[in-house]
Amino acid sequence: MEGALYAGLEFFAGYPITPSTEIAEHLSRRLPERGGKFIQMEDEIASMCAIIGASLTGHKVLTATSGPGFSLKQEALGYAIMAEIPCVIVNVQRGGPSTGIPTHIAQGDVNQARWGTHGDHAIIALTASNHQDVFAMTVEAFNMAETFRTPVILLFDEVVGHMRERLLLPEPGQIPLVDRLKTSVREGVDYHPYLPREDGRLPMADFGGVHRYNVTGLYHDMWGFPSDNPKVVHGLIRHLVDKIENHVEQITRYKSFYLDDARTVLVSYGAAARTALHVVEGQRKRGQKYGLLELQTLWPFPAEVVADTCAGAERVVVVEMNMGQVCREVQRVVNDPGKVFLANRIDGVLVTPTDIRQTLRLIAGQGV
Amino acid sequence: MAVKDYLRERFFPHMWCPGCGHGTVLNGLIRAVEKLGMSKNEIVMVSGIGCSSRISGYVDFHTLHTLHGRALAFATGIKLSKPELNVIVPMGDGDALAIGGNHFIHAARRNIAMTALVMNNRIYGMTGGQYSPLSGYGTVATTAPFSNIDQGFDVVKLASAAGATFVARTTVYHVHEVSDLIQQAVLHDGFSVVEVLSQCPTYFGRHNRLGGPVEMLQWFKDQTTRIGSKAAAENPELIQRGIFVQEDRPEYCTEYDKVIDKAMAAVKG
Amino acid sequence: MAKRKLKEHHIQREWCKGCGICVAFCPKNVLEMDSSDKAVAVRLEDCIACEMCALRCPDLAIRVVVEKC
Repeated sequence: MEGALYAGLEFFAGYPITPSTEIAEHLSRRLPERGGKFIQMEDEIASMCAIIGASLTGHKVLTATSGPGFSLKQEALGYAIMAEIPCVIVNVQRGGPSTGIPTHIAQGDVNQARWGTHGDHAIIALTASNHQDVFAMTVEAFNMAETFRTPVILLFDEVVGHMRERLLLPEPGQIPLVDRLKTSVREGVDYHPYLPREDGRLPMADFGGVHRYNVTGLYHDMWGFPSDNPKVVHGLIRHLVDKIENHVEQITRYKSFYLDDARTVLVSYGAAARTALHVVEGQRKRGQKYGLLELQTLWPFPAEVVADTCAGAERVVVVEMNMGQVCREVQRVVNDPGKVFLANRIDGVLVTPTDIRQTLRLIAGQGV
Repeated sequence: MAVKDYLRERFFPHMWCPGCGHGTVLNGLIRAVEKLGMSKNEIVMVSGIGCSSRISGYVDFHTLHTLHGRALAFATGIKLSKPELNVIVPMGDGDALAIGGNHFIHAARRNIAMTALVMNNRIYGMTGGQYSPLSGYGTVATTAPFSNIDQGFDVVKLASAAGATFVARTTVYHVHEVSDLIQQAVLHDGFSVVEVLSQCPTYFGRHNRLGGPVEMLQWFKDQTTRIGSKAAAENPELIQRGIFVQEDRPEYCTEYDKVIDKAMAAVKG
Repeated sequence: MAKRKLKEHHIQREWCKGCGICVAFCPKNVLEMDSSDKAVAVRLEDCIACEMCALRCPDLAIRVVVEKC
């Protein structure tokens, strides 16, 4: 969570839940040390609501949760999308549905991150497979939240959450930070909190400042007042979706390993990508042309990158810890869905190289 | 400033039904703020969902119209992140005490300085007249056609037990009390609760054959009395009005500042 | 306490929804409902400028300007 502090985190609200509690514990100490605020709320819902409130007063905010807590946050997550409030939500995934398997790994919330809250919308969700990348993606999440005035989800998993490894902290200023874009409209001049600039960004005014406006979860006009005018409704939903879907390239983060001449492309993310990389390196040692595309942006789905990467491949194997949530996306975007296979594990145990190799043998028609 | 200087006049006439008590609460609230002489920039109003929650759209403060029941949770984020703001949270009875009950008791327990205004009309008005946790046993609602078997909460007792350090009750008949109690509540350094009994002639009044707005207001006059009055002693059935709790206890944001001091001192060693 | 005297009494007709609260509770019977169910002040000479109509009005439609003498 040093990434969040590096990005300028000032306010955290949370509720204890395994396996994300360590984040809250850490920040309850680290935030007040630098004059920031930490609060343990009465439940997951309240935590999500509290960070939205704190963001409106001009602060960079975070909450962290896991599985069932993420379900509870969906209502207020939708609010933050609709009201365009920058905030970051960490979901350290665990096995579900329901209470599921709290201390074991799963990556089953990928689609919930995309579609968990009701109604049409777009969302940004990032992930990472090691601590250095967790740091980097966390900073990116705060930057994207401010750039696009939207909630950003960090979809980590239990293994990355609980493991220990080296982290090199960048110097301040080494990674660029995006600060809150504030309005330059002067006091007494009509300020439109929901009128995008030409570049699509919406400068904000802090609650408590000189511009008094309304924030609502209802469809609203450029002043933030409720409206059911079909033109306003259509314009707003298009804006909410387009501001993200039209910037896929800008939002996409990924890592490539041995992809230049790869005939078999593994696509993976999070802790599963560590295993996938191990397999790819093993195959390369045997002279097999394997490569790995590690996705760090899961939503908006980086369709172009995936399609281009997989275009020349004979087969594509998606390695993930669910029943094929990203696999379906890959099948949707590649030139031949028939060449896309799933190597997964859904029993709370991290997918092993043996699991992946077994799937590869099955694909090749060599049996187990 | 005049009353209309605190209103967003372009949205008037408002959306409430004829004779709805919520307009009177808004009226009293504006007068309280006027008397307090606060700048509109220092006031944040956070509301949830329901008829009552529409109040935030009509006032020229910083206004946040949130989710059903969650207003106090949003308000907590605002207050803790910027304690110099005055935060007022108007809520309906269902909003505050059914779906928002957990947030209500915990905000009270923390004693975070904000004012919860419970606009109690004993019914869900926006959705058409279903019984709320404050409807009370024996009332009729669209979801209690054979009479309600749910017991009601007593907001004053609940807020007091949960730890609110300012708890008061009045009705929209007693308009001077409305603005006076809101003034005191806003000035109070801690979590303050003002329950205002408000009439819903459209649903609660009609289903329970209580007459129109005038008769319902008359009922507030006849069936309530000041705390400790002679009438209260003679007739325990009367609902008491006034300030039930007013005490000093450490306020949450002030306490958090001490946490920051400790944490900073620990770092410096 | 200074004596209160009525200076102006305004009713914003477009805001008034005709609930009748001001008429029913005016201590001096100053107000009445007109044929289109809007409140009107018909006996202003009796007004004691207590402002109860303005304070109770759920539509915020009444404004009473008081002269303190």
